[in-house]
Amino acid sequence: MDGLTQHNGFSGLLTALVFLPFVFALLISVFPKNDTQVRFVACVSGLVSLILSIVVFAAYNRSESGFQLIDRFNSWIPIDTFRVEYFLAVDGLSVPMVLLTGLLGMVAVLASMGITHRVKQYFVLILVLQGTVFGVFTALDFIMFFLFWELELIPMFFLISVWGSGRKEYSAMKFIIFTFLGSAFMLLGILALYLSAGTFDMTALPAMLQGGLKLVLPAGAIFGLLFVGFAVKLPVWPLHTWLPDAHTDAPTAVSVMLAGVLLKMGGYGMIRVTASILPDVMSDLSWLLVAAGVINVLYGAVITIRQTDLKRLVAFSSISHMGYVLIGLSAIASKSADAATVGLTGASMQMFAHGTITGLMFLTVGLIYDRTHTRYIPDLGGLSTKTPIIATAFLIAGLASLGLPGTIGFAAEILIFLGAFSVWAWPTALAVFGVVITAGYILWMGQRTLFGPINDRWSSLTDASKLELIPIALLIGAIFVFGIYPSFLTDLFTMGVEPIVTMSSGSAEILSR
Amino acid sequence: MTQQDIYLLSPEISLIGLALAIVILDIFVKQKLITQCLIGIGLVLPVIFSVLLWNGVGLGGDFDAGIQTLGIFNTLVVDRFTLLFKFLLIGILAIVIISSLSYVHRFEKIKIEYFSLLIFSTVGMMMLVSTTELITLYISLELTALPMALLIAIPGTRLSSEAGIKFLILSAVSSALLIYGMVWIYGLTGTTDLVEIFKSVALITGSTESSSTVPFGNYGILLGVILMIAGFGFKISSVPFHMWVPDVYEGAPTPVTAFLSVASKAAGFAVILRVFYGSFSNEVLSLEWSMIFAVMAILSMVIGNFVAIAQKNMKRLLAYSTIAHAGYIMMGLTVVSGRMEVFSLEGASSVVFYLIGYAATNLAAFVAVIAISNRTGSYLIEDFAGIGRRSPFIAFCLAASLISLTGIPPTVGFMAKLNVFTSAFNGGLWWLVMAGTLSSVVSAYYYLRVIKIMYLYDPLENVRIKADPLTLAALTITSLAIVVFGIYPTPLIKAATVAVEFLLIY
Repeated sequence: MDGLTQHNGFSGLLTALVFLPFVFALLISVFPKNDTQVRFVACVSGLVSLILSIVVFAAYNRSESGFQLIDRFNSWIPIDTFRVEYFLAVDGLSVPMVLLTGLLGMVAVLASMGITHRVKQYFVLILVLQGTVFGVFTALDFIMFFLFWELELIPMFFLISVWGSGRKEYSAMKFIIFTFLGSAFMLLGILALYLSAGTFDMTALPAMLQGGLKLVLPAGAIFGLLFVGFAVKLPVWPLHTWLPDAHTDAPTAVSVMLAGVLLKMGGYGMIRVTASILPDVMSDLSWLLVAAGVINVLYGAVITIRQTDLKRLVAFSSISHMGYVLIGLSAIASKSADAATVGLTGASMQMFAHGTITGLMFLTVGLIYDRTHTRYIPDLGGLSTKTPIIATAFLIAGLASLGLPGTIGFAAEILIFLGAFSVWAWPTALAVFGVVITAGYILWMGQRTLFGPINDRWSSLTDASKLELIPIALLIGAIFVFGIYPSFLTDLFTMGVEPIVTMSSGSAEILSR
Repeated sequence: MTQQDIYLLSPEISLIGLALAIVILDIFVKQKLITQCLIGIGLVLPVIFSVLLWNGVGLGGDFDAGIQTLGIFNTLVVDRFTLLFKFLLIGILAIVIISSLSYVHRFEKIKIEYFSLLIFSTVGMMMLVSTTELITLYISLELTALPMALLIAIPGTRLSSEAGIKFLILSAVSSALLIYGMVWIYGLTGTTDLVEIFKSVALITGSTESSSTVPFGNYGILLGVILMIAGFGFKISSVPFHMWVPDVYEGAPTPVTAFLSVASKAAGFAVILRVFYGSFSNEVLSLEWSMIFAVMAILSMVIGNFVAIAQKNMKRLLAYSTIAHAGYIMMGLTVVSGRMEVFSLEGASSVVFYLIGYAATNLAAFVAVIAISNRTGSYLIEDFAGIGRRSPFIAFCLAASLISLTGIPPTVGFMAKLNVFTSAFNGGLWWLVMAGTLSSVVSAYYYLRVIKIMYLYDPLENVRIKADPLTLAALTITSLAIVVFGIYPTPLIKAATVAVEFLLIY
């Protein structure tokens, strides 16, 4: 088997996608004279990124799978003992993630128009953040991947600790320490793979490992090291405790980015790195994945019911929903390649779905908070009479979150359950109950905040302005378009996960022989 | 001394000339500017000489590019390893002098002598990195340490006098340990020349019947090597020889602290590389001493990073951080040929790369701290509150250097750590790398706390902090180095790789 197909070329599109936000951040820090100009430049940057990510989405040739739009040159650090390449490319797995990042980047910029404190620095950091996430989703050299992964910490630290609320410094520090701890393990895993294979090239590693490469550490240990890094980010119980704090105290746009794309880095890493490089270990340990997934789903959901802070509620629901990703991933152990493909596609789809849904939720919670200055649920109530548009958007997000057919949430969850059921029937059945609890807390929250008697304090609320409508419309559009016609995305994801499944089931056949 | 000796030592000779010239000039000329210009010119000369030496131009055909040359009765060697460190040391000296210019007005009596002492100490280090023989090594070490003790005590305050005495006594003790170790080695081998030692040590460890059971193959060598490690351990501020570091760092004038933390660390590691790769690099021995360094590395990283969390004074924080970084650098020392399947010098080159990156990073931090404390008059971390607003540029540079010390990209600190970790892992010491990455996580807490205080807390007073143009230039250069080499480290890694190849010849 000639798995070492070299990907070469330089199309420049992805380089532009990744580095334009940095260029715009630099422009913002140098040129604009006043805050209005800063906001304008940031909007332009967000729009350019969105357009570029749509271009990437459209330019990806669906008739042939594999890595495309390759930007690669190998003279970045060409030292014999430490060979690092500049390598950007996308496949079916990363194209939708790029689109999601572009979409939520635009939403985040638009949601930040109300920022008045240190405007220039704020937008510089938001754009840098977006650039690093683009980098994580497109980098295929391990060191580049890790570099972007770590680089994302600096803007997040400042965004939470300067523009946040509540115990913002504590939350920012907790976020950093947790992620840094995870990446400390991840780095060890990466180095172990590098020292075994002599390359940081993620695309070459799967074939090399299938070819019986001798590893410097046991495969299970490498898997564990890498997995911890991604598990902190996803987050997997019990490494999740940073998430409610960070989400609750971050400003609206940062919560949108955090829930929308940063958590997806964890899931993306699990598929791109652990599943594709060590599929056998992942299959062997799929009981662990499904167990952690079920705990995440049920524990997250139960905790969510008890929350009285709107943002904290959405944050815990994120933990619950990320559990479905793990359950979807556990389908990799399936004997049938179809079921495994469906499960992994569902897991990826769930990440995209959660990005749009939770993005919309945090956005509307932010809008409500801007108006009422409280997120305490018992204080709210009857908001739908005064702010019908916001309330509708909130409810749409909620319904999509509980998996209403026709929305993107349903498409994702049904795929996950279909895929995982063939391998882990009982745990999957247990996880389906998570959907019921989700319906419970979403509807109960809607009832307490949007309906019922209106609190007199809220009698003078105003509905969403035209500017605020744009991000809402973008996200609702995504929820329904991909909900009604999911194969637009699932086809891509399937193309991305098929090589992994082929490799995993291929080796399973060899073992069973 | 032949003509060639003078040529080989031209950087050092010109620096000594400068040190003497400024003291004499100070008697007759009172304008500061003239002295400053002289120092500026005087620092360019040794760089030019070093560049000439690097290219191997001159003195006929026997000095080809890349071929190391011995001078002064074969006691000193000038090769690219030496010269790389000479560039580094002169660069450090220049930046320390720049940051001292706005600092010396605090000293009542001694002003110009301060600069010439700094230069003398640097000359000692430059000799130290080029020694090939134990006696010269010892003399160079003393030439480094004695001016340093004076420099530390110059302000004459209680704190700094105490620090000076402490440094003097402990460096005397460490020198005593070192020379006792040297005596053992000399007694066993009958020579002080590093190459000759290598040959006899190979004979001794090879011939002894008990070489498999006795550590280091011979108890005499064991004692000698351990005593030498202890002696050097003081210089590189590694645990368990680190007790003097926080007190001395706190008491010394801050530019001297900066100098101490980067220059003497660089010289210390250079001489360790020279001695251990030169004399004790055979497989039996290297496996043994690399394990000692591994244990010291873990202790340094853990103790340095954990104790730094509790510090309230910025200088003490940087002192514990320097102890921790000694640990990271020592990880590179553990990668010796005995551990590798294929012979490779990547451990040594990662040490050199780390030293250069660390020099840029720590100098940026110290220059920023000096500029800030010149205005606020305090080194307490809580007094750094609101610096982000009072001086955005200085705060940005300090933040960049702290991020680099933590090892977060895109900084040279990240690349340096990555390089050291990779080579240590390649040597099979994955547990050491694990200790390294995890202790980096701990360090994130206290480094980021300083950044948090600078940017988030309200300033104590709303006066802008201004710095003189030279200081700003020094800050710009070091910060640019942090970021540029963080994104594109290739030239530095290449230079380090070229440099360490000369360790083999010597």
